[in-house]
Amino acid sequence: MNTNLYGVLILAVSVCFIMALKGLSSPKSARRGNLIGAAGAFVATDLVFWAPGMTHQHKWWILGAIGFGVLVGVPAARKIQMTQMPQLVALFNGVGGGAAALVAIVEYLKLGSGASTAEVVATVFTVIVGCISFSGSIITFLKLQEIMTTRPVVFPGGRFVIAGTLLGTLGAAEWVIHSMGNTSLAVMAVLALLFGVLFVLPVGGADVPIVISLLNAFTGLTVAASGYVLQSTLLIVAGTLVGASGTILTRLMAAAMGRSLFGTLFGAFTAKPQAAVEGGEARSVKSGSPDDVAILLNYAQRVVIVPGFGLAVAQAQHTVRELADLLTSKGVDVAYGIHPVAGRMPGHMNVLLAEANVPYEQLVEMDEVNPTFPQTDVVLVVGANDVVNPAAKTSPGCPIYGMPILDVASAGNVIFLKRSMRPGFAGIENELLYDPKTTLLFGDAKDSLTKVVSALKAL
Amino acid sequence: MSSNLVWLSIFVLSVFIGFEVVSKVSTTLHTPLMSGANAIHGIILVGAITVTDHADSNLQLGLGIAAVVLATINMVGGFVVTDRMLEMFKGKPRVKKDAEVAGGESK
Repeated sequence: MNTNLYGVLILAVSVCFIMALKGLSSPKSARRGNLIGAAGAFVATDLVFWAPGMTHQHKWWILGAIGFGVLVGVPAARKIQMTQMPQLVALFNGVGGGAAALVAIVEYLKLGSGASTAEVVATVFTVIVGCISFSGSIITFLKLQEIMTTRPVVFPGGRFVIAGTLLGTLGAAEWVIHSMGNTSLAVMAVLALLFGVLFVLPVGGADVPIVISLLNAFTGLTVAASGYVLQSTLLIVAGTLVGASGTILTRLMAAAMGRSLFGTLFGAFTAKPQAAVEGGEARSVKSGSPDDVAILLNYAQRVVIVPGFGLAVAQAQHTVRELADLLTSKGVDVAYGIHPVAGRMPGHMNVLLAEANVPYEQLVEMDEVNPTFPQTDVVLVVGANDVVNPAAKTSPGCPIYGMPILDVASAGNVIFLKRSMRPGFAGIENELLYDPKTTLLFGDAKDSLTKVVSALKAL
Repeated sequence: MSSNLVWLSIFVLSVFIGFEVVSKVSTTLHTPLMSGANAIHGIILVGAITVTDHADSNLQLGLGIAAVVLATINMVGGFVVTDRMLEMFKGKPRVKKDAEVAGGESK
């Protein structure tokens, strides 16, 4: 294909990506934006086979590899449950970072001695950051999937080990640039992978989404750097767009949680151990039956439902809607109090409740719902914990300190639907559970809600 | 203008576009936006195809093919999962809070 024609078509694809991101930032155009991005990516993938200078010597290998990737990626994306979506996004980001690192390694093997320093540096940068993004994303996946602990993992001297690994990686990079050898590259890649692991380990559960977003921005930058090495405008534009928008998005997310990016990444090192909760397990809580809960709800004037990850796990979004509809028909004023980071990702609850066709006007965001709690008779907390934990306000040093919370304590009664007394994702004890106005209903959120619904119908 | 300067110009301008397009986005859309951006960097597939095409040893071919597989998973899976998330928002009246969405209740 003619170089100029190819260039113009590639420019069109770059515009598609800009329009995709623009579309995704507004609810009305979001879906269209995503489709525009997908169309652009599809066209670009076709076009590259017609790009000037292609040899087509390994065409069948490449097509086979694409086919295999589609066979893995599409079913994974289609079958995944809504609750597991965050970890899937983390995993996709990780493989993207891994792909960028591999591309850079192949490019490095081909560079030879004639390469300019700028090219070598860009290649080295891609390998390092791609490896960090890959291994870091795998750790976030393991945390979100709860294969490993969701709490911050801190070990003695951890920060020195992390700093040492980073320095080692940079030293190896220097070695690679001077020697252009394969051993140095392997050492550097291994150190970068290790750094990715160490860098994510101290991040506590609730902050994981912020780290995914940051690693997403990292992967974008690696794509841009490999675009420079491969002399591809498209990769530079697309990678930089993702790097820049990802950085902004990371900051917005951190702001929504009342966290600084620095605090998210290094908070675990500066936080003091939490003061031990006196009495621990021995303290008494008030647990109720579904009938007690139904009575409380039936005679309330205003009920706010606070959904959390437990709702997602139990797939109870339809049942919670049934309960809300039933209460509305009895003349109770029902609203959902949506914390921006309830669940495992910002907006997780909106997606889940939208699936159950909950009317949008009933979903009230944190800033609007908080002033209404004093006039609320009953708050029904369904599988949420950290987002209503007063420790975020009262205990400096606890991992979620400073995160804005839903002030459910100012309501008349609080009902917690919980699986057990286990603390939430961030691993912090919730004082509110021991409050005299709190009633606990243990069990799977869906079972509990079903029982409450039938008890309510019987009243 | 040297070609390095051209690349640098493209890079800097793209940074500003990237900042600009997402500077106002409601919390609700943070997850789909992250996921969509994630799919877009799957375009490294184009780079993976290019290096694999030019591979001249079995090591390069093997690494290149692995890169093509991973990049395809990232790109295709990313767009599909983003679409699934956004499907759930389709045709619903929006939260009134976001200024730019005010009155944007779809029928």
